[in-house]
Amino acid sequence: MAQGKPCAKFYYGEVLMEKIVEMRNIRKTFLNTVANKNVNFVIYKGEIVSLLGENGAGKTTLMKILYGLYTKDSGEIFVNGKKVEINSPKDAIALGIGMVHQHFTLVRTLTVLENVILGLPSPKGFELDLDDARKKLKNIIDKYGLTVDPDAKIWQLSVGERQRVEIIKALYRNIQVLILDEPTAVLTPQEVSELFKTLRIFKKEGKSVVFISHKLEEVMEISDRIVILRNGVVTGERRKEETNEKELARLMVGREVIEALRKEKAQFGSAIFKVRNLKALNDKELLALKGVSFEVREGEILGVAGVAGNGQKELEEVICGVRKPISGDVFLEDKNIVNKTPKEIINLGVGRIPEDRMESGLILDIPVFANLVVEFYDKTPFSRGMLINYQEIKKFAEQLVKEFNIKTSSIDAITRTLSGGNLQKIILARVLSRNPKFIIASQPTRGLDVGAMEYIHEKLLEEKNKGAAILLISEDLNEIMHLSDRIMVMYEGEIMGIIDRSKENVDIEELGLMMAGAKRRVTV
Amino acid sequence: MSLMPKFKLEKRGVPPVWFQIVMPVAAVFIALAISAIFLLIIKKNPFEAFYNMFVGSLGTKFALSETIVKATPLILTGVAVAIAFKAKYWNIGAEGQLYAGALAATWFGIMNLPLPAIIYIPLEITVGFIAGALWSVIAGYLKAKMQVDDVVTTLLMNFIMIYIVQGILNGPWRNPHTMYPSSVPIAKNADFPKLIPNTRVHAGIILSILAVIFMYFLIRKTKLGFEINATGSNPKAAHFLGIDTIKTIILVSIISGGIAGLAGVGEVCGVQYHLISGISPGYGYSGIVIAMLGGLNTIGVLLAALYFAIVINGAQIMSVNMHIPIYISDVIQGITLLVMLAMLLFFEYRIRRVK
Repeated sequence: MAQGKPCAKFYYGEVLMEKIVEMRNIRKTFLNTVANKNVNFVIYKGEIVSLLGENGAGKTTLMKILYGLYTKDSGEIFVNGKKVEINSPKDAIALGIGMVHQHFTLVRTLTVLENVILGLPSPKGFELDLDDARKKLKNIIDKYGLTVDPDAKIWQLSVGERQRVEIIKALYRNIQVLILDEPTAVLTPQEVSELFKTLRIFKKEGKSVVFISHKLEEVMEISDRIVILRNGVVTGERRKEETNEKELARLMVGREVIEALRKEKAQFGSAIFKVRNLKALNDKELLALKGVSFEVREGEILGVAGVAGNGQKELEEVICGVRKPISGDVFLEDKNIVNKTPKEIINLGVGRIPEDRMESGLILDIPVFANLVVEFYDKTPFSRGMLINYQEIKKFAEQLVKEFNIKTSSIDAITRTLSGGNLQKIILARVLSRNPKFIIASQPTRGLDVGAMEYIHEKLLEEKNKGAAILLISEDLNEIMHLSDRIMVMYEGEIMGIIDRSKENVDIEELGLMMAGAKRRVTV
Repeated sequence: MSLMPKFKLEKRGVPPVWFQIVMPVAAVFIALAISAIFLLIIKKNPFEAFYNMFVGSLGTKFALSETIVKATPLILTGVAVAIAFKAKYWNIGAEGQLYAGALAATWFGIMNLPLPAIIYIPLEITVGFIAGALWSVIAGYLKAKMQVDDVVTTLLMNFIMIYIVQGILNGPWRNPHTMYPSSVPIAKNADFPKLIPNTRVHAGIILSILAVIFMYFLIRKTKLGFEINATGSNPKAAHFLGIDTIKTIILVSIISGGIAGLAGVGEVCGVQYHLISGISPGYGYSGIVIAMLGGLNTIGVLLAALYFAIVINGAQIMSVNMHIPIYISDVIQGITLLVMLAMLLFFEYRIRRVK
């Protein structure tokens, strides 16, 4: 199949399948990470195909290449049998390919109609032809059931309606292939079923849909065909009839996660960190934490597994003091830290290693020494009254740089100039120098090389052995398996189950099902 | 792939130290070179013009003293804006804060309180500082608490304050003897003493120098200075890391507005001795350029303010001697800022050729 002009048609059973898009041997690297390793992907006419995979599997990257947002390193793209170069979304739209992103690209102060025609040449030259546009828009709305008021301003619309506007925008440009990137992440269940209705109308019309998702249930409901990506490689392709959620979960999570019972029987202390019935909204004002309860004991690492976007970030933010929950409590020892400021939480002895080290964990444009004390520069001996003592700070910083082996030209260097691993070491050094009773570490090794990763794992285990309670949030299952004493799976803001590894082995298939929301253990 | 060579802007790590020094100097020379083109267009010899400018502002004792008089408010507004910008409080309102300070100082001065100068003058300074600070903290509070755009609020509040001053001068405070829209003179004991006899150099320059020292001390030696740097570099991260960014912004808006208010006090108590509607020919706006030209650095701001004093003062002499419109000074100031802004891009980015 790799040579010559690709055949445009073939039969699947009795059905004539016509290839609209074929992507061959697509490769894309970002710095050191390979996002797509020679991926082959076909879209047939009139089908709904799902791209299934965890975060970072390369789904979105692949589709952004097709939509002209990324340039591929190598590989070929064929549309309707002809080889094409897609260098911009404009090229993609001209070829009939449209994409709706997770983050919408609408002008909030303009109306729906204005947003839809924005960027298109007007048939009347300089004059804006709103009447014809309105007619065409009404047609699309009626035909596909995409109910939205053409004259409403975007800021007045709900998230679901905004998504409809994005879809209308694509349809207005006569696209044949619609790519939807995690479209249900922002929708309520009712809105999801509305969306699915619309997608089925597309299919009937002979249009094709690419549905990017990590939710098994939805994928099984809506797709004709499912392509599973893992670490930038296609690990499987199934027609819906041929497969089931169990198999998909396995293909998605993979088997390379090596299971071992925790070797040493650790001694756990009391549960010093407790979360009780925590409910919180996300930035889109949807319920992201739906009453979560768990606890972490001294000397224990509780790993939080799950695909990103299932409430982990909100959990982290509440614990770190930068998100106010709507209800529930978070106790460190006997103190409730909910509604405390970040400063108060730091002072209570919470060590915080945030997911976003570039925008939260560090201030990149100040010197290294300043970042090493930024959480406690106001304490003695670094400050006295209103004055700050940079001599003491620098002495302390020199010490930490040596102790944690942070590679920097000097402690006066601007933090931005350091590599990712060393940036994370700054955070680690700052946090651990305070001997925290409880540590929250979110994606602590994401994007780091193996050396830095091992170092950070080592340090976290050291802290655990010293008796710290650690909450580890990670998308990297290997990391979770390597470090955690118990594994808690989150899905859609709920805890699907907690696996206590001192009592049982981890069943990877079960873990995958829980991560994809297809299995829930009874109350824990 | 296209054969056109592509260039891209790449974020630099730390700009080298020599670059930080060379850049403002280069900006000054490039600005003068571009200004020379304008001079050539009106058929004037640019070398002669610049010679006149520098001799006219530095060449004689009198010229030098006038340059110091001009530098006095410029240093204050420059420091005021620089401290604000360091915390990313975009204070475009030094002009209005200057007027607020001038208005308050006049109010306090024309009360003719029976106080000795040693008490009256410090009180004048305090009143002017408070007025500038209050006018500024409105915008600072709105920004910190409600994310209201500070560029817009501070800029528009300039006009409000200037019209308030004009309204008062045309109404209640109109001088009953001359009927001009200017206040009566302030109390003699509220006048700033002259520092050099037979010149206009007054005690305000001491305030300016103290402001420079204060800024150096604030940024380098205080906790607030640390918080200003952190908040200005990344407010979101600073908040996450436990810094009270709201408090920082509000404090900075108070300090910045207060120092700008001092410039108004100096003009009333040291130069005019009464309030006129044109008490500032845009010192507050020049303060923005000075802060940028000085790279928000204490010594840089001082030097930039002196450069501006030289240009403004020298342009007057140049204009008289060579019949060149006085506005050439504004042109030079404006071009210096534009060149500086363009060069700031290279401060943060470098050009890389990509294959």
